[in-house]
Amino acid sequence: MKSLLRNEAVRFVLFSAMILALPALLAGGYLLNVFVFVGIHTLLAVALNLLLGYAGQISLGQAAFFGLGAYASGILTATYGQNPWGTMVAVALAVGLLAFLVGFPILKLKGHYLAMATLGFGIIVYIALNEAVDLTGGPSGLPGIPNLSLGSYVFDSDLKNYYLIWGVTLATILLSLNLVNSRIGRGLRAIHDSEVAARVMGIRVRLLKVQIFALSAVISSIAGSLYAHTMTFVSPTSFGFNFSVELVTMVIIGGLGSIYGSFLGAALLTLLPEMLRAFQDYDIVVYGFLLIAMTMFMPGGLVRGVPELARRLLARPQKGKADA
Amino acid sequence: MLRKISFIFVSVVSFLVAAVCAFAAPPIKIGGLFAVTGPASFLGEPERNTAQMVVNEINAAGGIRGRRLELVAYDTQGDATRAVQAANRLIKEDRVVAIIGPSTTGDTMAVIPIAERAHVPLVSCAAGSKITSPVKRWVFKTAQNDALAVARIYEYLAGRKLTRVAILTVSDGFGSSGREQLKANAARYGIRIVSDDTYGPKDTDMTAQLTKIRGSQAQAIICWGTNPGPAVIARNARQIGLKIPLFMSHGVSSKKFIELAGDAAEGIILPSGRVIVADRLPNSDRQKKPLLAFVKDYQRHYRAEGDHFGGHAWDAVMLLKAAIERGGDNPAAIRDQLEKIRTFAGIGGVFSYSPADHAGLNKDAFVLVEVRNRDWTLVK
Repeated sequence: MKSLLRNEAVRFVLFSAMILALPALLAGGYLLNVFVFVGIHTLLAVALNLLLGYAGQISLGQAAFFGLGAYASGILTATYGQNPWGTMVAVALAVGLLAFLVGFPILKLKGHYLAMATLGFGIIVYIALNEAVDLTGGPSGLPGIPNLSLGSYVFDSDLKNYYLIWGVTLATILLSLNLVNSRIGRGLRAIHDSEVAARVMGIRVRLLKVQIFALSAVISSIAGSLYAHTMTFVSPTSFGFNFSVELVTMVIIGGLGSIYGSFLGAALLTLLPEMLRAFQDYDIVVYGFLLIAMTMFMPGGLVRGVPELARRLLARPQKGKADA
Repeated sequence: MLRKISFIFVSVVSFLVAAVCAFAAPPIKIGGLFAVTGPASFLGEPERNTAQMVVNEINAAGGIRGRRLELVAYDTQGDATRAVQAANRLIKEDRVVAIIGPSTTGDTMAVIPIAERAHVPLVSCAAGSKITSPVKRWVFKTAQNDALAVARIYEYLAGRKLTRVAILTVSDGFGSSGREQLKANAARYGIRIVSDDTYGPKDTDMTAQLTKIRGSQAQAIICWGTNPGPAVIARNARQIGLKIPLFMSHGVSSKKFIELAGDAAEGIILPSGRVIVADRLPNSDRQKKPLLAFVKDYQRHYRAEGDHFGGHAWDAVMLLKAAIERGGDNPAAIRDQLEKIRTFAGIGGVFSYSPADHAGLNKDAFVLVEVRNRDWTLVK
């Protein structure tokens, strides 16, 4: 059983089966809607994890790519009546190109300086979304974005959107798993450990960093387009600095350098506020406390911390017996 | 004997009371979406407080048709994604019959498709005119349209032959909506906008914009923003010795503005709902009674002055109560009855909804007030 779980293909199939079966358990309740957002957040967390967890490059501006995807899709389909599918692809490529161009100068920086630069980029995009009122509708948002459709089949319910978004997310997870287990993935991890050593081994460090940054932007942009068509409305507050930080938190809480960890982090941070509503006004305090506890006691993230915790809990009774 | 009779009497009465309690109808659930935390908390907090206060009062007075009212309120943090999740929860999990809020135009626009699809009436507390224009079947609102405030100022200006104005608006939802309305309605009152500037919500010095305005042909300045920006503008205008009259929006019609601006507030004129001048209204004013009741209750419960924002929630709960009293407690009946409400005197104004108008107010919802001796006076 254990050796089977070590097999990447088996794990992916099991994970997909779980995701596809989930709506049956939720029976159309509001949690299904929350899991639609878990799907979008997983997509974003996986994208950031490729950059942060594997290549070791921080980005505090991921919400900007998400926002650009959402707004570009929203404006082109709602205001100019373009085909949503074509728009989604074109926008993702354009955002990828933008990231590629921005990435060249920015990714020369390291550590805090890289964090500052990406933060600056995120803020510029946020201000642009707020101020270009004629195009984006400004702070009060852009309404009337159509749902996605295939012929006469419209993705207008939570269930349909769940399968649409998780379809894309599962495909992205598969692609990412292949990527990180390939030569490129090994190259990324080499950069993470030491850029100099990686360069010595013949890895084109600068190009590879920019490429992964652009890929991360492309995935985020697609997540943005899907978000826009699901919500049918976008407003700038969803794409601010806070959301960028939330994404970094998802990746770190879930587990750096683990694709499934990104899912765990995204699911936890999306579901937790819903579960904590019982605490009413104190939910934010409990939320903060839980995050601190998790980073303190599970430094490797949920993906490593939870099995460790389970192992200890299972081992303890036996130890107790031995003592007796 | 007497003791025995009284014992039986007491037992029977207590049995009946217990029976009534046990078989009392389940409460009527209404939902609330308020931006209690985040940048729009100055709207969400008084709204949530007021809604809860009014619901408690209705229950203390015996509920609606003998049934208790229950408010299920969630925090949207002023974020559209969270507003949508919370709205879904209210509809699918809590099964509310109607929703009050959200607090901001952005959140409201995000939630509208959900309310429309689920056929649940939504009574928004946000001001944006696009919420109810075009009219959406299930969506109503209680906050006054910005266009009505603009109309009040322009009327006053046109009456005094001040036709060249400078506008200075904040770059957030409130300011951009105000700017839009100021520009759209100017021509109708024969007013020309000679200078159009904006400032950021966190800016601490607006001397640059005001100096530019001083160099223009403007005969008056209209500033559109919420605290603290407009207070900074009032102080800056005084510092650089600007002599032309300064007008503000209803976004600053609270004592807080006078505190922040100090002496620089003297002589500033702004359109406002009637809350801040409740005790100065003539007795013939239909809103006087609910206004005084609201201000007094809020003071008693929260030791703070009741403001317009709380008033939007007061109106929303009371309008729902009126609708439920007339037509029952299912969403469709509430919607139909809301649409039939005429001349309902609330905090924001006198509401008259109709199939063609889900905003319900006209420009009488605003009065012009002037700051004199650190207090408000009605401008005749």
